[in-house]
Amino acid sequence: MARPATKRDYSLLGRDAQAAVANGLSAAEWYHTDVPRKQMKELMKREDAPAIRDTAIWLGAMAVLAGLGVFFWGSFWAIPFFLAYGVLYGSASDSRWHECGHGTAFKTMWMNDAVYQIACFMIMRNPVTWRWSHTRHHTDTVIVGRDPEIAVMRPPDLLRLILNVFGLLDAWHATIDMVRNAFGVISAEEKTFIPESEQPKAIRVARIWFGIYAVTIALSVYLGSILPLMLVGLPRLYGAWHHVMTGLLQHGGLADNVIDHRLNSRTVYMNPVSRFIYWNMNYHVEHHMFPMVPYHALPKLHALIKDDLPAPNPSILDGYSEMIPAFLRQLRNQDYFLKRALPPTARPYREDLHSDVMARAAE
Amino acid sequence: MSTWIEVCDKNDIDEEDVIRFDHEGRSFAIYRSPQDSFHATDGHCTHENVHLADGLVMDDIIECPKHNGRFNYKTGQAKGAPVCINLKTYPVKVDAGRVFVQVG
Repeated sequence: MARPATKRDYSLLGRDAQAAVANGLSAAEWYHTDVPRKQMKELMKREDAPAIRDTAIWLGAMAVLAGLGVFFWGSFWAIPFFLAYGVLYGSASDSRWHECGHGTAFKTMWMNDAVYQIACFMIMRNPVTWRWSHTRHHTDTVIVGRDPEIAVMRPPDLLRLILNVFGLLDAWHATIDMVRNAFGVISAEEKTFIPESEQPKAIRVARIWFGIYAVTIALSVYLGSILPLMLVGLPRLYGAWHHVMTGLLQHGGLADNVIDHRLNSRTVYMNPVSRFIYWNMNYHVEHHMFPMVPYHALPKLHALIKDDLPAPNPSILDGYSEMIPAFLRQLRNQDYFLKRALPPTARPYREDLHSDVMARAAE
Repeated sequence: MSTWIEVCDKNDIDEEDVIRFDHEGRSFAIYRSPQDSFHATDGHCTHENVHLADGLVMDDIIECPKHNGRFNYKTGQAKGAPVCINLKTYPVKVDAGRVFVQVG
């Protein structure tokens, strides 16, 4: 007889959070493909040049596109420039925030920190809060009740996903969080992953951002035009679609509560433009397994370890063609997920811990 | 009482690299700096239970392989989020090409 589906409690303070700690899923030892130390050192090696080049292209293109958008403001010719500017502001900032937060994009730390702060502002993620939430995401990747960055919970909230293609809910929640933090309030959930010593920093950043948005809104009112907001703030909405498109693929529809990134993360081959915007995070299994490897070395890492990983999705379209039906099926059965097949050359890992999860996928 | 424990031959550690050394239930990370000096710290990151021997040595810094937390392995100083607690360091000496760590 089929078992009833397990209702998940995603609260960081809830039942599943306690269960994950009790049963060893939290802060577990995750699977790593064996890579000889010399090769791994070569892959982990830091450089400034690739990220300086990419950042110059990114910010330079934004300046040019913004200039052309302002120049053509009031005519239809402004639309394509703002659409492109929006993607660089509201989507490329997602991967820059992420990679610079790991401190791997540049060799020089102040460069990582500077781009991190700029990108965090654009993507509306408090640089302190999100540094710690992402730390937890890497400790407890898609562990229910522990990972604060699960993009698609079960059953999937499809309306939320659609609204977030335009950043609507994310930006709304980010605004609420910013105002709350600016007034000096750190939520109970935030306190579970931000150390007390770091909390004043989160409040300080929120106050600075609050000031920037207040000035931008005041300028728009003064000018009687939304143009200032088209350049600061609104691109988080009209340019969000690309980071949502790529971000959902990271873990969407795959297993939860496993400690092997090959089973809960997805590597997808993508076109060069998306890979530039996404800074190679399409190699997502590889990134989670070895977060010390900079984005520019991920293709080499992929080539080295791919025989130990599930076959990558050959395209974004292919990823969605398996993920959307999985989301729809999870509406009826929360336990359903896409079971990743490891190649015959791969090493299995902790089958004792994963067998119950896999059995549920088959039901 | 503190005693000197033999770890390895000095050439067992590459320049600007780290190895793991386990002794009587304790685990250490033994470093060779780019200046050819040797150093030792506790093996596990103070943030989470991850061994630093899989991390990356850059000049005086060891970066944890899990969350990229950074320490100065010569002083043990935590260099910022997500590591907030310093690493414990241990004296190291090289005698006749062999590396020794003093554990208390």
